[in-house]
Amino acid sequence: MAKCPECDAEVNVGAEAVKGEVVSCPDCGAELEVTGTSPLALALAPEVEEDWGE
Amino acid sequence: MNNPSVGVLLSRVRVEEKLLLEALEARHVPTKVIDDREIVFALEKKPELGVDVVLERCIQHSRALYALWVLGVHGIPTVNTFEVADVCGNKLLTTMRLIRDGIPSPRTRLAFTPESALAAVEELGYPAVLKPIVGSWGRLISKVNDREAAESIVEHKDVLGTYIHSIYYVQEYVPKPGRDIRAFVVGDETIAAIYRYSDHWITNTARGGKATKCVVTPELNDLCVRAARAVGGGVVAIDILEGPEGPLVNEVNYTMEFRNSIDTTGVNIPDRVVDYVLTVAKNGGK
Repeated sequence: MAKCPECDAEVNVGAEAVKGEVVSCPDCGAELEVTGTSPLALALAPEVEEDWGE
Repeated sequence: MNNPSVGVLLSRVRVEEKLLLEALEARHVPTKVIDDREIVFALEKKPELGVDVVLERCIQHSRALYALWVLGVHGIPTVNTFEVADVCGNKLLTTMRLIRDGIPSPRTRLAFTPESALAAVEELGYPAVLKPIVGSWGRLISKVNDREAAESIVEHKDVLGTYIHSIYYVQEYVPKPGRDIRAFVVGDETIAAIYRYSDHWITNTARGGKATKCVVTPELNDLCVRAARAVGGGVVAIDILEGPEGPLVNEVNYTMEFRNSIDTTGVNIPDRVVDYVLTVAKNGGK
C-alpha cells in the first residue's frame, strides 16, 4: 500500500507488480508508475510523448 | 551456448513486457531488465550489459532507435535490429521498402510544403489520409474529406507542429470492411493474426478497436513474411487493409503490442518471441 501522489488516496497494486509498471489510482484515476516494490513507491507516470508507441 | 542471457531494454512495463518477462522466467532464462532512463552509453567501448542478446521494448521510438544503433555497432545482438526500428519507426521509410520489394501498399505521396501537400491530396482524391511520418497508436492521423478540411489540417501542421510535421505524408484512403488485419510475424512465420473491428475508420485496439481471430492463410502468411523481410525481419506486427482490389500492407510495427491477441488467437505470442530471441542469441545476432 502506498499513497497516490496526486490525491493522497491509498493505492494497493498487488503482489505481482513490478518496477516500471503503470497503474491507475482507483480514486482520482491518475496514471502512476511503480518506482519501487519493497517498500511500494509510486510516482506520477510520464505523459505520453510524440514518439511513444509500438 | 546452452543458456543465453537476455537483457530486456524498457522503461515502462506494459502488459506485454510483463508477459515477456514471465515467459523468460518460466524458461529459467537469466534475464536482466535494462531501464532506458538509467543507462549511459560510453560510446567508445562495448556496453558491459552482461547479456547475450537484448530484447528492445522501449515505448519511446527515439530511445529504441539510438540504443539499438549503439548496441549494434558494438556487436551486441538485438531484437529487433536498428535497421528494423529505423524503417518501421518511419512511415516513409516503411513505404519505400514495401515499394522496393513489390509489396502492395496504399498509394502514397510525399511533399514538403503546404501548397504541394494540398496538390498531393487533390491528386489522390478525397477522402485522403494525412499521417505524421513518426507516431503510433493512430495519433494525429487525419482523414480529410474535402478541400477545406485538407487546408485546415495542413495549416495546423505547418503552424503548430514541429519540423517533422512539415514532411507531408499523404495516402489514399482505402475503404475497408469495418476492420483491418493485424498479423504477427516472428522470424519467417506469421504466427497469428487478428481482425480489428471498429465503427471508427481508425481500428487500432489502442483506440478501442475490437479483436477477433483471423485465420492465417498461406496467402496472408506469404504477404506478411515478405513485408517483414522488406523492413529487415525479426519480430514485427503487420497492419493490412483489405482493399477492393486486394490486401494492402499499411504499416509494420517493430515493438508490437499483443495483449489483446493471445486469448483471441490461442497463440502464446510472448513464448514465440522468447523462442526467437534465444535463437538470435545462440546465432550471435545472425
